[in-house]
Amino acid sequence: MAVYLLRRLLQSALVMLAMSVIVFIGVYAIGDPVEILISPDADQMERERAIKALGLDLPLWQQYLSFLANALRGDLGRSFVFNEPALQLILQRMPATLELAFGAMFIALLIGLPLGLYAGLKPHSAGAKVVMAGSILGFSLPTFWVGLMLIMVFAVQLGWLPSTGRGPTVEVLGLRWSFLTWDGLRHLAMPALNLALFKISLVIRLTRAGVRETMLMDYVKFARAKGLSPARVTYVHVFKNILIPVVTVVGLELGSTIAFSVVTESVFAWPGMGKLIIDSINVLDRPVIVAYLMIIVLMFITINLLVDLAYSALDPRVRLENK
Amino acid sequence: MSQTQMQTSSRAAATAAAPTLEVRDLQTHFFTRAGVVKAVDGVSFTVGRGKVLGLVGESGSGKTVTGFSILGLVDAPGRIVGGEILFHGQNLARLKEEEMRQLRGNRIAMIFQDPMMTLNPVLRVDTQMIETVLAHTKVSKEEARQRARDTLGMVGIPSPDERLKSYPHQFSGGMRQRVAIAIALLHRPELIVADEPTTALDVTIQAQILAEVQKLCAETGTAMIWVTHDLSVVAGLADDIAVMYAGRVVERGAVSEVLDQPLHPYTHGLIGSVPSRNKRGEKLRQIPGMTPSLLSLPPGCAFRTRCPRAQEDCARDPALSELLPGRLARCFHPHVATHGSAVQGSVTQGSPA
Repeated sequence: MAVYLLRRLLQSALVMLAMSVIVFIGVYAIGDPVEILISPDADQMERERAIKALGLDLPLWQQYLSFLANALRGDLGRSFVFNEPALQLILQRMPATLELAFGAMFIALLIGLPLGLYAGLKPHSAGAKVVMAGSILGFSLPTFWVGLMLIMVFAVQLGWLPSTGRGPTVEVLGLRWSFLTWDGLRHLAMPALNLALFKISLVIRLTRAGVRETMLMDYVKFARAKGLSPARVTYVHVFKNILIPVVTVVGLELGSTIAFSVVTESVFAWPGMGKLIIDSINVLDRPVIVAYLMIIVLMFITINLLVDLAYSALDPRVRLENK
Repeated sequence: MSQTQMQTSSRAAATAAAPTLEVRDLQTHFFTRAGVVKAVDGVSFTVGRGKVLGLVGESGSGKTVTGFSILGLVDAPGRIVGGEILFHGQNLARLKEEEMRQLRGNRIAMIFQDPMMTLNPVLRVDTQMIETVLAHTKVSKEEARQRARDTLGMVGIPSPDERLKSYPHQFSGGMRQRVAIAIALLHRPELIVADEPTTALDVTIQAQILAEVQKLCAETGTAMIWVTHDLSVVAGLADDIAVMYAGRVVERGAVSEVLDQPLHPYTHGLIGSVPSRNKRGEKLRQIPGMTPSLLSLPPGCAFRTRCPRAQEDCARDPALSELLPGRLARCFHPHVATHGSAVQGSVTQGSPA
C-alpha cells in the first residue's frame, strides 16, 4: 500500500509538471495581456516599465522557469488585476464553490440513488417510466435556462428563496462558509439544485442500469434461494455491487463540478471560483489562469486517488499493489 | 444445535412414510412477446427421504425451470400455471411469498450450476453464510459463525476459520462449489435441488464432490434432485431417474433399470450417444435433428420428428403410463414391446468415488 501510494505520488508530480508546461504555453498563446492592462494613453516609457515589472519582457522559457521556481515555494504569482497573490485569490473563492459542488452532489445522490433503484427494480411500472422520462429532461435542459426558471418561480413569483449571492457566512477553520446558517442554506438551495439536476439524471440512469444488470446475476438468485428477505437481497447483495460504477462517475463529476460550474455561478451571482476564472480569462490575467488550472489538476489527481481507494474498499477483487 | 437436530429428526419421523416431495403434473409457462413458452408442461415425479432423483435432459428440456419452480424462484414473465408441488403434503405452488421464503434455504435448498457466479463477489464468505443462518433461526452472530465454520469443515474445506474471512475470488472453482454446498447444508434441509453442480468442475473434483454429497445425503436423510445432462453422473449417484424432453417427463424409473433397458426411444438415443470406452475409434452416435422450439411444439409426441420408431398415431399425445412394473414412459412404441434384447447402447456405470 505504501509503495503504491509513493508511486502514485511520483506519477502525480509528473502529471503536474507536464500540465504546467501545457498551461503556460497555452496561456501565452491566447494573447498579450499588455494591450488590455495598460491604458492606451500611456507613453512608450510607461509601457516598457510596466512590461518589465510584470516580467513579460523575458523569453517564454525564462518566464516558465521563474514561475516553476516560485511555484515550488508555494508562490503561483500575483494577479495583474487585483495585485494580490493568485493562490490567495483563488482560495478565498474556493469555499463558495466547494459547498456548492458538494451540495449539488449530495442532492444528486439523495434523489438519484433511490429513484434509480426503484426504476431498476420495477422497470415496467408507470412510476419507473415517469422517472426515466424525467431523467431525459434533466440531461437535455440547458443549465442556464433551468437556473433562470428556478429564479423566476421560487424567487420572483413565490418569493421563497433569495435569488443571488451567498448570504451570511460563518468562519470555520479560517474559511467562510454559508451552509452553516439557515439563511445561507436558503441561498445555497437553488444554485445547488440547479447544478444537481444533470447529475441526478446521471445517477438515476447509472443506478438503474446497474440494478437491472445485477438482478440477473446468479448470485442474486442464489441469495434468494438462501431464503434472504427481499430487502437484504436488494440493499446488501445488489446495492454494494452497483456502487462501484456510481462511485467512479460521481468522483469524476465532482471534479468537473468544482472546476466548471461557471454557468450556475454566473446565473446566481455565486461568488465562486468559476466566476473568477471567467473574469480572469476576459482580462488575460495570466497568473490567475495558470494558478487556477494548476489547482484544478491537483484536485482531479486527488479525486482520482480517492476514487481508486474507494474502489478497493468496495470491491475486494481490486488490488492496489502493483505487481 | 441439538435442538435443531431434534427438530429435524422429529420432523423426519412424522413424515417417514410419505415421500419428501411429490410433483404432480407441474406446468410452468413463460409468457413472452413471441408467445407462450411451455418450459415445463406436465412434469410428475416423487423423491423419497434420503433418495436421489436424477433429472436428465438436454439443454432447454425444462429441468432447470423445474428446479426453480420447486423453490418458487421462477421470475416474470414465467409463472407456475398448473399442477402441484407437494412437499410433505403441502402444496408449494400455493404458498405465499413469505411462507416460501421461510422454506427456502432452510428446509429446501438449492445448489447452482456455476460456482464462479453463485457467490456474491463483494461479500466475504462469512457474511454470506451467517446471513443464511440468521435468515431462518434466531441465534447470536457468534453462534451463526460457529455453525458456518462447522459446516465448512463438514464439506471438506481445510482451516475453515481462516477461509471464512476470505472473499469468493480467493477460492478455486471446486472450493467455491463446496462453499455453496455448505451454504445449502447450513440448515440440514430435507430436500436439495442441485442444478448441474459439478458440470463446471473438472473430473477429479467432480468425483470428490459427488462422493461427499452422497455420504451427506445418506447420513442426514436428505432427499435430492440432481439436475444434469450427464448420464454417467446419474448412473453412479441416483436411485431414480426422470428423463425430460421438451418440458415433459418422457420416462421414469429406477436408475439401473432405465439405463439397462430404456423404454422411450429418446432415452434410448440419449444412452446410445454416451461416449463409451469400448467403442474407441468409432464415430459417436447421435440423435438426428434438433431440440424443437418450445414456442411452436407440434401436437402429439414432441419427439416424433426425430424418432426412428415414430408412426402415424404419434400425432396424438401419449400419456405417461406404467409399461412395466415401476417403469413409466410416455410413448406408443416403446422399446420393450418388441423384444427385451433390442437395447444396444448401455451407459458405462462410472463410479464417482
